[in-house]
Amino acid sequence: MMQSISEAGRYPVAIQDLTVAYHRKPVLWDIDLHTPEGELIGIIGPNGAGKSTLIKAALDLVPRISGRVLIYGKPYREQRHRVGYVPQREHIDWDFPIHALDVVLMGRYGRIGWFRPVTRAHRRIALEALDRVGMADYAGRQISQLSGGQQQRVFLARALAQDADIYFLDEPLAGVDAATTRVIVDLLRDLRTRGKTLVVIHHDLQSVPQMFDHVVLLNMRVVASGPMTDVFTPENLVKTYGGKLTILDQAAQAIASGE
Amino acid sequence: MIEILIEPLHYPFMIRGFLAAIMVGVVCGIVGTFVVLRGMAFFGDALAHAVLPGVAAGYLVAGGVRSVLFWWALGTAVLVSMAIGAVSRAARIKEDTAIGIIFVGMFALGIAMISATRNYAVDLIHFLFGDVLGVSWSDLSLILVFGGMILGVIFILFKELVILSFDQTLAQTLRLPTKRLYYTLLILIATTVVISMQTVGVALMLSMLITPPATAYLLARRLPVMILWAAVLGAVSGVIGLYMSFYFGIASGAAIVLVCTAFFVVVLMIKQLRAIGVIGKSFPRAPDSE
Repeated sequence: MMQSISEAGRYPVAIQDLTVAYHRKPVLWDIDLHTPEGELIGIIGPNGAGKSTLIKAALDLVPRISGRVLIYGKPYREQRHRVGYVPQREHIDWDFPIHALDVVLMGRYGRIGWFRPVTRAHRRIALEALDRVGMADYAGRQISQLSGGQQQRVFLARALAQDADIYFLDEPLAGVDAATTRVIVDLLRDLRTRGKTLVVIHHDLQSVPQMFDHVVLLNMRVVASGPMTDVFTPENLVKTYGGKLTILDQAAQAIASGE
Repeated sequence: MIEILIEPLHYPFMIRGFLAAIMVGVVCGIVGTFVVLRGMAFFGDALAHAVLPGVAAGYLVAGGVRSVLFWWALGTAVLVSMAIGAVSRAARIKEDTAIGIIFVGMFALGIAMISATRNYAVDLIHFLFGDVLGVSWSDLSLILVFGGMILGVIFILFKELVILSFDQTLAQTLRLPTKRLYYTLLILIATTVVISMQTVGVALMLSMLITPPATAYLLARRLPVMILWAAVLGAVSGVIGLYMSFYFGIASGAAIVLVCTAFFVVVLMIKQLRAIGVIGKSFPRAPDSE
């Protein structure tokens, strides 16, 4: 057992025998997963496959029935400073009276700690994060005044301000404009070159080959996990999606154009 | 004009009333901001009403001595806020139903207890609608001490309370003790209700807690600015309400609440007129707007 922990310590995220259920209905079943370090990892699967739940389980946001998740060999609660999370946009109250910069500053709260004020240094880091997503000019805007894509970028900046080693992103490209897509994809690649590990839930099969180094195909179980070129194959996609032809057509095109 | 403003200050009971109304307005505005943002208005109303049997019990036990009522009210409020939190968690009923059951049950118990006393009508009216002009110096010092404590806790826990209100998921991923913070907020609201009880009474309490913050919400785009507006509006409404009470012989609690409501209606109308372009965009302007 000790050995398996030190073994797991090499991986940014090591998931062992994970099972999660909502109201006794299993959502994730016996997941074993080891993600490589410093890569862009795509989590791909149909609706209801448990993609978001997988990330939430890794962050201790949902209870597990069995199994464990280790972040660089330790439980999440000991490693939370090393993990950044960008949740889906719909979970946020966009009418809250708060500026973009204040939202980004929240990414620093974990490091600031209890009873301590937000210092100028934290503000500078938050502004830099906004600048990296092309939103520095919007620092003083209330979040309800931003477009969907801009809101997404603010939350990405918040994760950046956390200065983590591993980032979990839940459909960061869902429903955003072309400019935001470009900014986010560039940023993800930039983070990868700095050695960060990025776990991204992604729904658009066509763009998978250009975006990801490593792919996890998920449908309640892990159908396949490995380097994109090995794993992202028509046979595996049939296993993941069943017989949904339109999706498979898209994927076939994507694979063909990737070759 | 100046004389109209100064005249009430010749009476010590008016000075005490002003001080109480200002302090209560500020504390309610600040605590109420979190109540409004978290959608806890019904909880606040329930808590205010549920304090009544505690006050009545204190009143009966102490044989009509009013100075002990504060402590009875405080004990009841803290107890009830914990009970509401627990019931809605444990029982398989929706939270607003749980709150409703406890709220009206407790309120009825309070009325039943007070109805057993001889001064039934007068006492009940004071508890329900407040008696700010009857505030003594010792009442005032309790309001100051507990109000100061409430503001101190909010100041210290500000970052954490903001995260809890804005983004529960972030609070969890940061591993903040979300449950303990939530109960802390409940106790802050409970204490606020108690120190405001004598100023506006349990039946009018909710307005002090939500109307100035709701007006502030319309004016501000940032939380600190919203809090500032809510505190200022709460205090100013208290002062104007007392002047109205003094000159027109209106019940003080009702006058204060009417001023709060008037501020809200005026700001809402200006915002609407501005939205359809009747009034220029420059008015009214929140200090933080670009």
